Amino acid sequence: MRFVAVRMLVGDRARYFGILVGLTFASLLITQQASIFIGLMARSYGFIEDTGYPDIWVMDEKVQFIDDIKPLQDTQLLRVRGVEGVDWAMPLYKGLLKAKLANGQFQTCNVIGLDDTTLVGGPPKMLQGRLVDLRNADGVIVDAVGARTKLAKPPRNPGERSVPLAIGDTLELNDHRAVVVGICEVTRTFQSQPVIYTTYTRATQFAPAERKLLSFILVEAKPGVEPAEVCRRIRATTGLAAWTQQEFQDLTWNYFMKYTGIPVNFGIAVALGFLVGTAIAGQTFHNFTVDNIKHFAALKAMGAGNIMLLRMILIQALIVGLVGWGLGVGVASLFGFWIKNTELAFKLTWQILVVSGVAITIICSLSALLSLRTVLRAEPAIVFKG
Amino acid sequence: MDSAAAAISCTGVTKTYGSGQSRVTALRGVDLEVRAGELLMLVGPSGCGKTTLISVAAGILDHDEGECLVFGQDLKAMPQSRRTALRGRTIGFVFQAFNLLPTLTAAENVAIPLLINGMGRREAVDRGRAMLDRVSIGDRWRDIPSRLSGGQQQRVAIARALVHDPKLVVCDEPTSSLDHETGHRVMDLMREVAVGPDRTLVVVTHDARIFEFADRIARMDDGRIVEIREGTRIEQD
Ligand SMILES: Nc1ncnc2c1ncn2[C@@H]1O[C@H](COP(=O)(O)OP(=O)(O)OP(=O)(O)O)[C@@H](O)[C@H]1O
Ligand SMILES: [Mg+2]
Repeated sequence: MRFVAVRMLVGDRARYFGILVGLTFASLLITQQASIFIGLMARSYGFIEDTGYPDIWVMDEKVQFIDDIKPLQDTQLLRVRGVEGVDWAMPLYKGLLKAKLANGQFQTCNVIGLDDTTLVGGPPKMLQGRLVDLRNADGVIVDAVGARTKLAKPPRNPGERSVPLAIGDTLELNDHRAVVVGICEVTRTFQSQPVIYTTYTRATQFAPAERKLLSFILVEAKPGVEPAEVCRRIRATTGLAAWTQQEFQDLTWNYFMKYTGIPVNFGIAVALGFLVGTAIAGQTFHNFTVDNIKHFAALKAMGAGNIMLLRMILIQALIVGLVGWGLGVGVASLFGFWIKNTELAFKLTWQILVVSGVAITIICSLSALLSLRTVLRAEPAIVFKG
Repeated sequence: MDSAAAAISCTGVTKTYGSGQSRVTALRGVDLEVRAGELLMLVGPSGCGKTTLISVAAGILDHDEGECLVFGQDLKAMPQSRRTALRGRTIGFVFQAFNLLPTLTAAENVAIPLLINGMGRREAVDRGRAMLDRVSIGDRWRDIPSRLSGGQQQRVAIARALVHDPKLVVCDEPTSSLDHETGHRVMDLMREVAVGPDRTLVVVTHDARIFEFADRIARMDDGRIVEIREGTRIEQD
């Protein structure tokens, strides 16, 4: 009777598409919103990922997330270096500084200062120039998006496009001259300011004079020593917070989950997709059953038992569920592919596929249950009613 | 108490629909014995309880009081699942409104009772086709019902009612959706393919011109059988 169930369903084009539209919509909305959410949230720790390989991040114990800078005294670096199990420890400056552009305007930039000799923590990808060029006098590396947009030079002739900042161009950071020696690519973060990499010493010169300027200490554990163990020792001997890279990412993620409206907003969108999908799909699926009730009753009269009817309805629900889910996920992926090179956030993980799959399964199960109830309650005797 | 030869044997069967104000008594104590192998026609004015009676006899509706045995078995006393299975094996149905599945081909529609009884799809559809040959529309086996005329659709329905070789076939006004000419031809066909020594037919009808096909005619009025008389089929043969 399997093919009878299938043909009953797909033969009724209009209604079949109606059910599919509901489920596709639900699947699309859930998948797409969840992907944007995950993509957006991943930006919270984008800079931690970009900084790459150090095992451990050391910072003030009150720091709650990556952009929450609570500077340390430079002497802390030496104390951390003295902790047993630390292979090396390097300073990292991170701060928002005003840059004066060629046209005289000011632009706040996210300035990253790397250890002068090792340049540990540099950008993930150089597009032009080399990281070591930072050692040249006044050298800075600018991120490509910033160079193209907020740091761009005015057009040569009025009405033309503005000219991207390029190697050899200069800008002024806090009255200090800076020369662009490279263009890099960085992962997008919540901070929309252009990113400028330079050496630690130069960064602290750019920064307004303060007693404490050291933002983070990047630490590598000795080979064979567990980073978690080194973290514990650093905490014990210095009183500073020490997190493994993953822990620091989680800390940052959790901060944004807890203290911003982002999860709630997306939660609402996902829930809405679920509810609307349930309403449309459940309604159309049930309508389909009700419209076919005479046929179901005829099957009952002709000897189709409850188990057989249950299987028929489950097959129908399974088909619309699979097709609807697949279409929704497909369209969501297309959307993701389409916005790939834009600034929009989108990260479709397998967990999201599971979540939308489970949601669609729930919608279909509820619809099937409702329909099953209708069919089981139908009196076979109605087949004789004209 | 009933002879083994009885296909259906009803004694004192009553049936009431609804309750309170909207209470309708459809059967007021029906006594009827349908002999195995006969074609019994059930006639009577509209609302007298014909459909109710054959629904009870076919085990798709429970009566209130009295007893109704089908081939010696009390369907009402059976568990639901056994009764459904028994219906699938031993009873064929022809409905006034044909009730064919609109998205299945004629042959597939005919195959449904076989599928319900667990036969594989291919064999069932092949047999459905063969059955369509017997009702003379074998060439239309691929068509969906909406491409067939009313008379052709009722032939498909008759093929479906007979395909699993049931011992009892119940038909509720099989010709009333058809014009007289077509109805007559459909009844001709019924007599040709449906009647047999091992098959009992109960046909509800208004159509006086098909009485000639009956072995016996039972006349109902107001929830009771008021008259049973011999038909003319045997004389005609
Ligand atoms: N499901 C139902 N609920 C309430 N009353 C019903 C129901 N089915 C039938 N009746 C009533 O029971 C009585 C007998 O109905 P039934 O359908 O058996 O008559 P019938 O002889 O088949 O009539 P017709 O020739 O018009 O088909 C009628 O008064 C009818 O209104
Ligand atoms: Mg009737």
